Amino acid sequence: MTAMLEMQNVSKSFAGVQALRDVNFSVQAGQIHALVGENGAGKSTLMKVLSGVYPAGSYEGTIVFEGEERRFRDINDSEALGIIIIHQELALIPLMSIAENIFLSHPPSKFGVIDRDEVYRRTRELLAQVGLRESPDTLITDLGVGKQQLVEIAKALSKRVRMLILDEPTASLNEADSAALLERLMAFREQGIGSILISHKLNEVAKVADHITVLRDGRTVDSIDCRAEPIQEDRIIRSMVNRDMAHRFPERSVTIGEPVLDVANWSVYHPIHPERQVIKNVNFGVRRGEVVGIAGLMGAGRTEFAMSLFGRSWGTNISGSIKLEGREIALPSVAAAIDAGLAYVTEDRKQLGLILADDVRKNITLASLDQVAPGRVIDDIAELKVASDYRNRMRIRCSDVYQETGQLSGGNQQKVVLSKWLMTDPKVLILDEPTRGIDVGAKYEIYCIINELAEAGRGVVVISSEMPELLGICDRICVMNDGAFVGEFKGAEATQEKIMRAIMRNERSNSVPEAAEMGGSQP
Amino acid sequence: MTDKTVSLPEERRHGSFIKNNLRNYGMLISLIAIMLFFQVMTGGTLLQPLNLTNLVLQNSYIVIMALGMLLVIVTGHIDLSVGSVAGFIGAVAALLMVTYKVDYTLAFIACLALGAAIGAAQGYWVAYFKIPSFIVTLAGMLVFKGLALAVLQGQSLGPFPPTFQKLSSGFIPELLPEAGTLHPTSMLIGAVLALGLVYASAKGRSREQSHGIEVEPYAFFLGKSILLACAVLYFTYLIASHRGLPNVLVIMTALIALYGFVTRRTVIGRQIYAVGGNAKAASLSGIKTERLTFLTFVNMGVLAALAGLVFAARLNTATPKAGLGFELDVIAACFIGGASAYGGVGRVGGAVVGAMIMGVMNNGMSILGIGIDYQQVIKGLVLLGAVCIDVYNQRR
Repeated sequence: MTAMLEMQNVSKSFAGVQALRDVNFSVQAGQIHALVGENGAGKSTLMKVLSGVYPAGSYEGTIVFEGEERRFRDINDSEALGIIIIHQELALIPLMSIAENIFLSHPPSKFGVIDRDEVYRRTRELLAQVGLRESPDTLITDLGVGKQQLVEIAKALSKRVRMLILDEPTASLNEADSAALLERLMAFREQGIGSILISHKLNEVAKVADHITVLRDGRTVDSIDCRAEPIQEDRIIRSMVNRDMAHRFPERSVTIGEPVLDVANWSVYHPIHPERQVIKNVNFGVRRGEVVGIAGLMGAGRTEFAMSLFGRSWGTNISGSIKLEGREIALPSVAAAIDAGLAYVTEDRKQLGLILADDVRKNITLASLDQVAPGRVIDDIAELKVASDYRNRMRIRCSDVYQETGQLSGGNQQKVVLSKWLMTDPKVLILDEPTRGIDVGAKYEIYCIINELAEAGRGVVVISSEMPELLGICDRICVMNDGAFVGEFKGAEATQEKIMRAIMRNERSNSVPEAAEMGGSQP
Repeated sequence: MTDKTVSLPEERRHGSFIKNNLRNYGMLISLIAIMLFFQVMTGGTLLQPLNLTNLVLQNSYIVIMALGMLLVIVTGHIDLSVGSVAGFIGAVAALLMVTYKVDYTLAFIACLALGAAIGAAQGYWVAYFKIPSFIVTLAGMLVFKGLALAVLQGQSLGPFPPTFQKLSSGFIPELLPEAGTLHPTSMLIGAVLALGLVYASAKGRSREQSHGIEVEPYAFFLGKSILLACAVLYFTYLIASHRGLPNVLVIMTALIALYGFVTRRTVIGRQIYAVGGNAKAASLSGIKTERLTFLTFVNMGVLAALAGLVFAARLNTATPKAGLGFELDVIAACFIGGASAYGGVGRVGGAVVGAMIMGVMNNGMSILGIGIDYQQVIKGLVLLGAVCIDVYNQRR
């Protein structure tokens, strides 16, 4: 079988930095080709070369697509041939409908007037094709991230697509949505569409990929034909980081002490729909030195629970009691929560965690300025020392602490956020998706930091949608579904199946009482 | 932890140092270039002592308001009402002092308090009700323009008590024997200021050095200090050879120093920038974002009131047209000075330089006899150009 796409000896450098060196990469029709590698390994650069973002002439090497050498001047050239790239950050317009978004750039029209019947007809077709049951009129803002991702794919399919490039498509999806998306990919394979899947999630890659190429430092370091040989995650990780990681999760000596946080009968209502109870009278506790995981599907209420605890920064009509080190306290504001010794590392570090335009130093000290500002005047030298200290301790890779955080990689940004919260010297740290979108090496470092925190006697709560991660680092895992805890497992006893079963059993039992009620109303 | 140690190149090269600083000082260099241009074009009139004093007096109220506007813009908002508020406060001041013969100190304080109340009223809607500041202050602009007319009943009101006039038209009293045309007290203050600035920056530099912090190259520092001292001395010399330091210049300098300090070195200043940079992240870091936004508007109200008083004292009469269009010059000054319309970025020094660029251009073009029509065209283009250059620089 001849390759649909053949990229030969591609090299590209930016101002002296070699981003790609002699990369060879080929994709066959009807193949799902996974491209893996640490952040900065050159995956995105390679895809930008392929899609014409970097025009012909700005790189070395050749691109052969469907038998001809191609020299793309820009992204329109590659799109015209059916090479469609879906970026990690979704590019949909929130206040427009699904149909308007799909046909944004090329609506079917007659004499310049948009043919609405045709738009709706084709939108329905496309939505059916990607398996999204929504009206074409639904606004994007009313859809969850998973469904938005499907709209992006429908949008790609509205053009003539021969090759689909997906950059971390499941990074912000929960397990169920990810599975649905991957199933779509497999359906496209049957239609002869070639797919390139960039992903950090090796279990997904293992599930769908026909071929895996591993990039490291701009070079192809491994190429695995999954049909011919079994996939070994360890081998992939080893080639990615060039480090034999016997364990993906660091060891820790566990010493669990007194309860440090105790939440009882906690109940929260939705801020916009105040009749909806989002957190349903839950009890939750963490002990000193303990790492507690909260598992659950997206929308289970995990983030809402954490934020409502953290100075009531989410929800209305909040009730229940919080005990910190045995003393009952009220946390009416974020400042009060921080003072009491609570820290919450947000799920979305760019939107909620960092001030991207500010430097590393200012971000680290933001939540505890008082420590470096006697009399409300900032002692810039004390501040610099603290920031440099955290930079060394957390191994934040930056040119100096005056570098803008927006320029750092995801893993280093996350370390800046962690530094900010460590500086507040919290008794309990809640980490919401602490490793989302960061590469394997940086993940390992974050796990090490979590271990150090626990060893120092702090209580750590980790909210994560990646079950292997929770299984790897937690002493105890609580399963949340639909605003309540529906299961709890000791770290050693928990398995992905048990967690999933707890969620699914609850999903079922949720629907049972309704049926029972209906039955009961009939005499 | 992994046993891989991370060593990073620590050295910052001279080239990048100059490049970074060029960005910081870019507008200052533009100001100097513009001043030189007009100095040549006007045949030396621009920097004549009399004209320079006038330049200061003419622009003092823009500079004062630019300080408040900078904070508002840094939080990611805008205040369109400042011109109207300044005009309205001038009218109230006239009503109190001229019509009701209220003591000028009392009237002065009452006017500042009224300014604070106006700022609070507008800030309340913006901060706590999340109504876009553009709309709230557009409403405020109409309301206070109307109220100024109502208070004055469409007439001009004056003159003000002589002591009050001194706010704008007065000069600091001469304590030393006169030396020809030169005012020695003013000259002395200028010299002390120049020495103080150089001393402070030398001390700061050696303090940083003793803590092992990388500092600017010595030659760079020396050159900068000499230039700064010379500029201050030359400027005071010119001013001192007319009638000495105007009172309003003293107020202005004190305010610039105060706001410079607050924005760079205090917790509240840092928090204001954090709110503008990312309000959600700031709020989740325990910063009371709403209260800070509210306070920046209160502060703006007070400074708009002060500017209104200065302007009224300068004209020695309150007119319904006072303050018309000031907001545009003030906002332009902030943006020319490098503030970002998205919030989180902007420096006090920049806003002051921006205000001076506008002032020098107004003054220079008037001397050259360019009509008010083309003056506006040129100012508009300069605003656009300055912001374009800034955006371009940030992309690099």
